[in-house]
This record gives sequence, structure tokens and C-alpha cells, in this order.
Amino acid sequence: MKRESNLKKVLSAGHFAVTAECGPPKGADEGPIKKKGGMLKGYVDSVNVTDNQTGVVRLSSLAACVILKEEGIDPVLQMVTRDRNRIALQSDILGASALGIRNILCLSGDHQSFGNQKGAKGVFDIDSIQLIHTVKTMRDEGKIIGGEALTAPPQLFIGAAENPFADPFSYRVLRLGKKIRAGAEFIQTQCIYDIPRFKEWIGMVRDEGMDQKVYILGGITPLKSAKMAEYMNGHVAGITIPEGIIDRMKKVPPKDQREEGIKIAIETIEALKEMKGIHGVHIMAIEWEEIVPQIVEKANLYPRPSL
Amino acid sequence: MIIANRKPFEEIVDMLKPYKRILLLGCNECVTVCAVGGAKEVAVLSSELAMYRAKEGQPIDIKEHVLERNCDPEYVEALIQVIGDREVILSMACGCGIQFVGERYRNIPVLPGVNTTFYGVTEEHGVWTERCQGCGNCILDKTMGICPVSRCAKSLFNGPCGGSQGGNCEVNKDTPCAWQLIVDRYKERNMLHRYLELQPIKDWSTSRDGGPRKRVREDLKI
Repeated sequence: MKRESNLKKVLSAGHFAVTAECGPPKGADEGPIKKKGGMLKGYVDSVNVTDNQTGVVRLSSLAACVILKEEGIDPVLQMVTRDRNRIALQSDILGASALGIRNILCLSGDHQSFGNQKGAKGVFDIDSIQLIHTVKTMRDEGKIIGGEALTAPPQLFIGAAENPFADPFSYRVLRLGKKIRAGAEFIQTQCIYDIPRFKEWIGMVRDEGMDQKVYILGGITPLKSAKMAEYMNGHVAGITIPEGIIDRMKKVPPKDQREEGIKIAIETIEALKEMKGIHGVHIMAIEWEEIVPQIVEKANLYPRPSL
Repeated sequence: MIIANRKPFEEIVDMLKPYKRILLLGCNECVTVCAVGGAKEVAVLSSELAMYRAKEGQPIDIKEHVLERNCDPEYVEALIQVIGDREVILSMACGCGIQFVGERYRNIPVLPGVNTTFYGVTEEHGVWTERCQGCGNCILDKTMGICPVSRCAKSLFNGPCGGSQGGNCEVNKDTPCAWQLIVDRYKERNMLHRYLELQPIKDWSTSRDGGPRKRVREDLKI
């Protein structure tokens, strides 16, 4: 069994990390996960598996992580507080570690009203920051919530998400600080299209010295079409795409828009590589995982370090 | 106060189908203030029902009555004079009142005419919004008088989440983000340092999660 997180090794060795996202299927088949894993293997340092993202029922993140691990990939288990109370969360944290999962991304989760189970009771027993702290306490102190001791602590590299484009903007950095103090060791940001605003955010992060305390991976989602850009801008919570990017996609004939989307993604990665305080990228190619190797190669991030 | 909405007319009609002599019961408290179950609303529903049933060839005999409070035994007891030959009570009181009347008068069905929704305030004329969830352990002292339990869609204790946009909640663009309000108020009062504190995990056992709740004041018992 692999004893340490590959992502942690890559980041602590000072490499510019590359991770990708894998959405599990809406069914009980392991095939799509193995297929996505096969496409990503060797091109990324770890693969992050979503936890019923946007409140849509899918194969569980933990199960998909185990399948990916068996394929030789270092998975990141996403865990949202929307669907599980503290009993289930802590139990799954222990289970994940026992199954050899070494990374966890702690989230509150998209509200259930966005998904296909709109009548679901939202749990939200604890929030994402409290989940981060719970994992840290379990790992470093060997204690669960309430202080009872564990027979063996989980071994997990702890991540969190941050949206530099949400409001209130000036407080986002303060909230990032709370996540770091709670125990976050790496941060994945929301997809970046507005580079000036992102630069302003990372500047504020640096001013607070937070880039020295946490690894920050910039979020990249290649646009497939101008329509997708407009949809994401108008309908996806927490995402803003500047008019300039939408116009750029619109100016290209539909058949070439994917290519333009890839170009924008690569340009964004190049910009992030130059930004002090950014330690890697997280590529979220939604149902377009096959494009990730091309983006990684074109952004001169291939081959990946073998540690 | 407790806020409620009147049930859809079709649902009420359906519930009352088997009955001819009904008591339409209102309440002078919260449901009067939120304009759903006071004397006026009882009269309006009564006319609507009478007209509908007459048109259907199924006339209905409706007696209207409004109690001072439906959640207080003293007033509920007085109903005995009113019930008479009624086959059913359609209550426009909140869920507490509906049940309490039903507990006292077991041989007559008490049906809900409203859906009880939340504890709220009259934000402006005709607009009511939620403020409290009755979680049993108030933290308003820590959150600048704004409740994240009831006013944040995710009840976050360390918000705002990534879905807060332009001061509004991702779930409903007409709903202010509770955490934007809290953070704004911290800033107004120069207390932003309070925002930096990690809010501990809440003990929900004082809320519904601890089971149905009861409060006893021995000194008030007779």
C-alpha cells in the first residue's frame, strides 16, 4: 500500500503540481472511472473525485477513489458536509484512510436545490472549515469530535476550496486564513477566467503571507463553446467569466471554439506559472477529461515528476 | 411570530369533500398578523368554499369562529360551546394550534387549512421573512445579531460559501447572504477580528435533533 500522498510529495519537493478532476458516472459501472483514470494517468499528480457535485446523485467519491487507486493513481477524496452528519463524515474519513486514500478535499457542497434531488434534506451538521479541523484533529491528535481517542489516526493530506470570485471579495482572503488555521494544507481555487481579479486576490494572499503556509492550485476549466461560457457565467453559482473571454469565444466559428477554449486554458496556466504564490493547477475539464493530457503537454508540464 | 401560507384551495376542497357541516376556525395571534388565518381570512375562505360547493351541487354549512389563541387551553376549552353539530374543524391556525385543538376534541377531525412555514418578521407590508429556527442555543451575540442557522441556506458557522454573489445567496437571488450581512456588520463596528475566530462545531441536541422539546417552569405550575 502506498503510504504517502503523491500530491503532497510533488508539492513539498517544490514542483508546480498538476491535478485533474474526475466526475463519477450516474451508474454502478466502474468502466467510465477506469477509462478517465487511464486517460489522466502519468499526466497529472493526482486525480480529484467529486462528491455528488451540484447535488446530482452519482457513484460515490470514495468508491471511485478506490477504483482509481487500483489503477495506480493518487486520488483526492472530495467530501461535502451537505449529505453526511459528523458521524458519517468521520466514519468515511477513517474508511478512506484504511483503503489507502491519502488526500481529502473538504467542502460544504453545492446546495441540494441545484441538483436532481431537490426535495432532499440538507444535512450541514458542520461546515467545511469545521470539517477541515475535524480531519486535522483526527490525524494529528488521534481524536474524534468530542475528544474520544482513535485506535489509529487517518493519514490524509488536507485540502480545501476557495473561490476568489465570490463576494464579499475583500473578506475572501480572511476566510482563506480561517481555512489555513483550521488545518488546510492545499487549496484548489474556483475556475479562473478573470486574471486581473485573480491577481488582485493572490496579491492579498501574499500580503498576508498565506502563500507560505498553504499550497495553492489555480482552477482551470477549458471552455468547450461560447454557449458553455455564457451558461457558466449566468447559471453556475460562484463562477464569473469576463465579457472579453465570452466575446473571444463568440468570434470563433463554432467548430473551432473547443480549440479556442484550450488556448485560453493554456494561456491561463502560463499566467499562473508566473504568479508568485501559485503552486500548481487543478484542471477541471467537465466531461472532457480526454483533453487534459493535451493541455498538460502544451503547457509544458509533461512529464510529471516521479517521486 | 409564526408564519404560515394558506393551503391551495383545491387541497382544502378535497379534504372537506366528505363533510357538510364544518367549523372554520381562525386564530387571533400570529396567523392574523401574517394575514393567513384571522377573522378576515376565515370569512374569505368561507365564502369561497360556500360558492364552490353550491356550484358543485354539494352545499356546505360553514360556521366561522376565531379563537384568541389556539395554543392555550383556556381558549381551546371555550370551543366546546361552538363545536355543536359540526362534523369537522378546518383550522387556519398554525400547526401548534391545529394539533392542540385536535388533542382536546378527539371525536372530531381537525384538518389543516394552512401550511406552517417559519418563525419570521413582517419585513414590509405583505412580505414576511425567516429569522429564527428555534435551535435552542442562540449565537446572535457572536454573529452580530444575524442568525446564520436560519438565514444561511447551508447554516454555515464560518461562512460565506463560494456561492455568495453580489450580497445574495446562491439558492435564491432575492435572499440576502447572511454571511455578507454579518461580515458587513463586523466591519461597520470595527470588529472584523471577531470574524477571524473559528466558530466551533454546534451541539444540535438543543434543536429538533435532540427529540421533541419541552419546557417546564415548576414555579408556575398550579
